[in-house]
Amino acid sequence: MQGVLETARLLEQGDASSEELTLDCLRRARSHGRRLNCYISLAEEEAVLEQARASDQRRARGAGTPLTGVPLAHKDIFCTRDLPTSCASRMLEGYRSPIEATVVRRLREAGMICVGKTNMDEFAMGSSNENSYFGPVANPWDPERVPGGSSGGSAAAVAARLVPAATGTDTGGSIRQPAALCGVTGLKPTYGRVSRHGIVAFASSLDQAGPLGRSAEDAALLLHAMAGPDPLDSTTDPRPVQDYPAALAAGKERLQGLRIGLPRQFLDERLDARVGELIQESARLLEQQGAVLREVELTHQDLAVAAYCVIAAAECSSNLARFDGVRYGYRCEEPRDLSELYLRSRTEGFGAEVKRRVITGTHVLSAGYQEAYYLQALKVRRLIRDEFLQTLEETDLLLGPTSPTAAFRRGEKIADPVNMYLSDVYTVGCNLAGLPAVSVPAGFTGGLPVGMQLIGPPFSEGLLLQVAHRYQELSDWHLQHPPEPPPGEPGQAGGTPP
Amino acid sequence: MPQQDPALRHAAALARLQPDDAERARLERDLKAILRMVERLQAAPVAEVQPLYHPLELPAPLRADQVTEGDQRALHLALAPSTGAGYYLVPRVLD
Repeated sequence: MQGVLETARLLEQGDASSEELTLDCLRRARSHGRRLNCYISLAEEEAVLEQARASDQRRARGAGTPLTGVPLAHKDIFCTRDLPTSCASRMLEGYRSPIEATVVRRLREAGMICVGKTNMDEFAMGSSNENSYFGPVANPWDPERVPGGSSGGSAAAVAARLVPAATGTDTGGSIRQPAALCGVTGLKPTYGRVSRHGIVAFASSLDQAGPLGRSAEDAALLLHAMAGPDPLDSTTDPRPVQDYPAALAAGKERLQGLRIGLPRQFLDERLDARVGELIQESARLLEQQGAVLREVELTHQDLAVAAYCVIAAAECSSNLARFDGVRYGYRCEEPRDLSELYLRSRTEGFGAEVKRRVITGTHVLSAGYQEAYYLQALKVRRLIRDEFLQTLEETDLLLGPTSPTAAFRRGEKIADPVNMYLSDVYTVGCNLAGLPAVSVPAGFTGGLPVGMQLIGPPFSEGLLLQVAHRYQELSDWHLQHPPEPPPGEPGQAGGTPP
Repeated sequence: MPQQDPALRHAAALARLQPDDAERARLERDLKAILRMVERLQAAPVAEVQPLYHPLELPAPLRADQVTEGDQRALHLALAPSTGAGYYLVPRVLD
């Protein structure tokens, strides 16, 4: 299965039909996708092929857009009408949303065909995709390793060439970190660039949706369709959306004199040595093309994970209070009274990591602790945001690793939540500050992909994609793909609850 | 019954969660480790710093006070685990 741009070209030139490609995606999801456990649900075959045939007819009439008939997958956090939305939780198993997320609607209206919903960490809480009620996702480069999280199913599906592209959400790195660990391109937009309407809320001041694809070109095509103001989300920004695909061509000129900051705190001794070498090599490649590198200081970076842990937990404890077993979602069997209904529905419906974060968040918001933890974290958030903005006045963008290591082994960190949270040490700062960032493949260590992260000022997605695209014109890391597994018996895609 | 950490017991009660003994022991250990990790925030130089609740500090836009959605009662009730006579059903609160 090709990427978005190549798929669009095949369709445009009449070398393939959307019906053929969509069917291929479904077949691959049922075979290889089953082995990776990267889908939670798949589209009903005849219904989705009917959509694909309609797309083919639109293209034949000359009424298509670049994305018409191109298959994609949505992270199972986006509300869809045609497929259930579980958020990888027992709490929402089988839930059919009455609404459609704005992102889903926009990509559907752009002509894309949704072939399935991808696996993820429960309620997007996790960095390894081991927290799903539907079982862990395997990394296509090494099935014993994690794909990252929380958008691990989306990253694995794109990396394994099961689908041209997928959507994800990023609250603390949940697009960029799995993109890095699976060797694909993932972009977290500026807070407010993409509507959050219809996305199951985790931490509302941090959540943002974005694309995962093979390349910056693919990410640009998707983001262009996803982004923009939305009356259904009052936190979306009113400014018009840049034509990201059209802007890519200017990347070569844009690199001339471009000031790229290398945060010293992103490249210190805590970073895996080989990952650090690859990031430095990538920076030098951009320097050879005219960029000006300089080391910068992000002195509050060491506080980012701590501030994030407090703020994200506080917001999640508030957002997840809605799951009470009354209006929708899981309800326990035969509660004796209303109090037991709440207690048992939530205790039985949520997984371990969700309960850990809800309790942490409730604690830091409770009387006697709120000022010491929550307000303190919000003040540190301002320090971090202001320092990022000031540094980005002195530089045009920042460059560093996406993750401190390549993909780690399944089970390696799951019993140590603090160690797991530190997987996001280079990504959470952008969420606290609302900044856009992109992760692009930048090499391999031990046969596993490594991601380079580019961070820009608010609403600089066009610049980030230009630089990422130019980097991908100069390198071929994004063209590498994991080995195809031997053909197996087609199975029923979709994870299995315990 | 093992001795419970009062902070954990209080937070679990507020969060309407009822972990069993094994889960409570894990949560207690994890909560302590997380709070130890976030303790470093206390040393941050924030005496004159205002909390930042939202990254872009956007003003909340206002919209016209108009009804934009009709009656959605049946749609939403259809999602509930238990309903009757047009209402959500829960265990009896008062005898």
